[in-house]
Amino acid sequence: MMFGGIDPTLLIASLMVASVPIMLAAIGELVVEKAGVLNLGVEGMMIMGAVVGFVAAVKTGSPVLGFLGGAAGGACLALVFAFLTQFLLANQVATGLALTLFGLGLSSLIGQSFVGQRPPLTGDVPFGPLADLPVLGRILFQHDSLVYVSILAVAAVWAVLKFTRLGLILRAVGESHEAAHALGYKVRRIRVLAILFGGAMAGLGGAYLSLIRVPQWTDGITAGAGWIALAIVVFASWKPWRVLLGAYLFGGITVLQLNLQAAGAKIPVEYLSMSPYLITILVLVIMSSGRGKAALNAPASLGQNFHAAR
Amino acid sequence: MKRRHLLATAALGLGLVTSGAAMAQDKTKACWVYVGPIGDLGWSYQHHQGLLAVEAAYGDKVETAYQESVPEGADAERVLTQMALSGCDIIFTTSFGYMDATNAVAAKFPDVKFEHATGFKREHPNVSTYNARFYEGRAVMGTIAGRMTKSNKIGYIGSFPIPEVVQGINASFIHAKKVNPAVEIKVVWAYTWFDPAKEADAAKALIEQGVDVILAHTDSTAPLAEAQKTPGVIGFGQASDMIDYAPSPRVSSIIDNWAPYYVKQVGAVMDGTWAQTDTWAGIGDGEVEIGAITEAVPAEVKAEAEALAASIASGAYHPFTGPLKKQDGSDWLAEGAVADDGTLAGMNFFVEGIEGEIPK
Repeated sequence: MMFGGIDPTLLIASLMVASVPIMLAAIGELVVEKAGVLNLGVEGMMIMGAVVGFVAAVKTGSPVLGFLGGAAGGACLALVFAFLTQFLLANQVATGLALTLFGLGLSSLIGQSFVGQRPPLTGDVPFGPLADLPVLGRILFQHDSLVYVSILAVAAVWAVLKFTRLGLILRAVGESHEAAHALGYKVRRIRVLAILFGGAMAGLGGAYLSLIRVPQWTDGITAGAGWIALAIVVFASWKPWRVLLGAYLFGGITVLQLNLQAAGAKIPVEYLSMSPYLITILVLVIMSSGRGKAALNAPASLGQNFHAAR
Repeated sequence: MKRRHLLATAALGLGLVTSGAAMAQDKTKACWVYVGPIGDLGWSYQHHQGLLAVEAAYGDKVETAYQESVPEGADAERVLTQMALSGCDIIFTTSFGYMDATNAVAAKFPDVKFEHATGFKREHPNVSTYNARFYEGRAVMGTIAGRMTKSNKIGYIGSFPIPEVVQGINASFIHAKKVNPAVEIKVVWAYTWFDPAKEADAAKALIEQGVDVILAHTDSTAPLAEAQKTPGVIGFGQASDMIDYAPSPRVSSIIDNWAPYYVKQVGAVMDGTWAQTDTWAGIGDGEVEIGAITEAVPAEVKAEAEALAASIASGAYHPFTGPLKKQDGSDWLAEGAVADDGTLAGMNFFVEGIEGEIPK
């Protein structure tokens, strides 16, 4: 079945792949923001994950170690942010922006001698007969493992935030750190852990770019994916499943516009290129128009520093 | 005490500055501005090879400097001004989008020579332009593509809809069609010179549309990496050899060899013979090279491609030779007529048979 020269099965399958990096980074950032911390350094953490993951995979020859390395790389950079904002009480917005610039530079330095090398290839998950199902097999069962990891991550974050005591504490810290502190929760410790989790997820997303999507290392490989991830968190109004929706929307329209061009659709490409951003603006307008609880669901303490002695 | 220390430091600093200026006079300083990282293994990488060739040719007599990943806009003007102020004698700006910035800064520094790659504006006597006839190489790629495709669908990743890119699409298509009348070309505009993820997505979209040959006018190896994932899809190195992707999927490549030009122009600055020029050299001058054609290409196709390259190099054949019609069916070149450089430099139309429009 084809629509305007585009096979929807292939389109859905490829948008699922295209969305993985921004989805991983966004779900990590959602946890960070739920804990009341605004870390704008996602782009920097992603690219650190991309380079560290690439180096790890090339050196060890193992894609799995590459992904672990990528997560570790992102988390290491996040640690810098955690130290500056949680212990030295630096401004979160400025520190986050600086983190991006620092990450871009440092990754370029680390990656210098790895330009032009090829990482070990990551295979698709073998689903056996499931992969041969008509339509569904192509959409659901012919991907690499990270596609499933990203969806599981969204499910896990949703479940933890909604059903567990840990999620309750995390949200309490993000809504009112004074109250959480008064109840005896270690606000700073919880926030540092959330920041590390966010860094690891962003790093994993970055490693996906350099190990699977592009498979190579080049400077500036993330090309703004981290900023899109930040936008998706707002777009999702801090709800995990909407992160999945937002990531698929963004990834989907990017893929769709290239597919439409390849299929020869007579739509000016400029309109297609800007459409994801137009849709984001539109959704934000609808969301903030004020009906119901969905409107501006941001954690109340978002971006505010906390110090017990204050 | 403290103040004296400060003064001493200042004096020392001043001494360094003046001795630096004195040194700059007996050394020629050549500077480059790159649009991407030199690690792109494509366009900027190849310009950087030219810089290295200049260093190798003149050794101690030359000093070089470069700046990578400079956006085409206000930043370019700032970088150029900074370079001119830092004592560069000749500045090469290596992307089409630097055109206005180059001319604007050149007006302010009449003693500095500016060389703009792929542009057409020479508003001041100290601005030269230089370009390579990439379309000659692309005609050869098109021949291989037309012979190799099994689905009769060729994909082309365009960067920006500018004449240089349009020439490449037309030249590839004309020569693919010549050897394979059933061939179709699908063009995707990426609107970037360098964005590996987007280039990979574009290649993927083309492959999903049934394309089995990918030609690219963007600067990274990402389209080749994407092509590698699907058996039977081939691609070409762009700007650099990209030999790392041989034997599969890279079957050949178009290589920009800027080194001879850079060595010549820097030499001209050194001996004071530099004059404004407009250079547009091709395969015959060694500025466009065809990378080794791999064994995936049958011997007779290889021979055909090499013969075409040789006839272009010798001047016996021009890739834009009539009869050719424009996309709308109107006549462009009569039988045996050859396109003039002016038309090529401003080419803003597809030839007959290409689907789709060039974005305005």
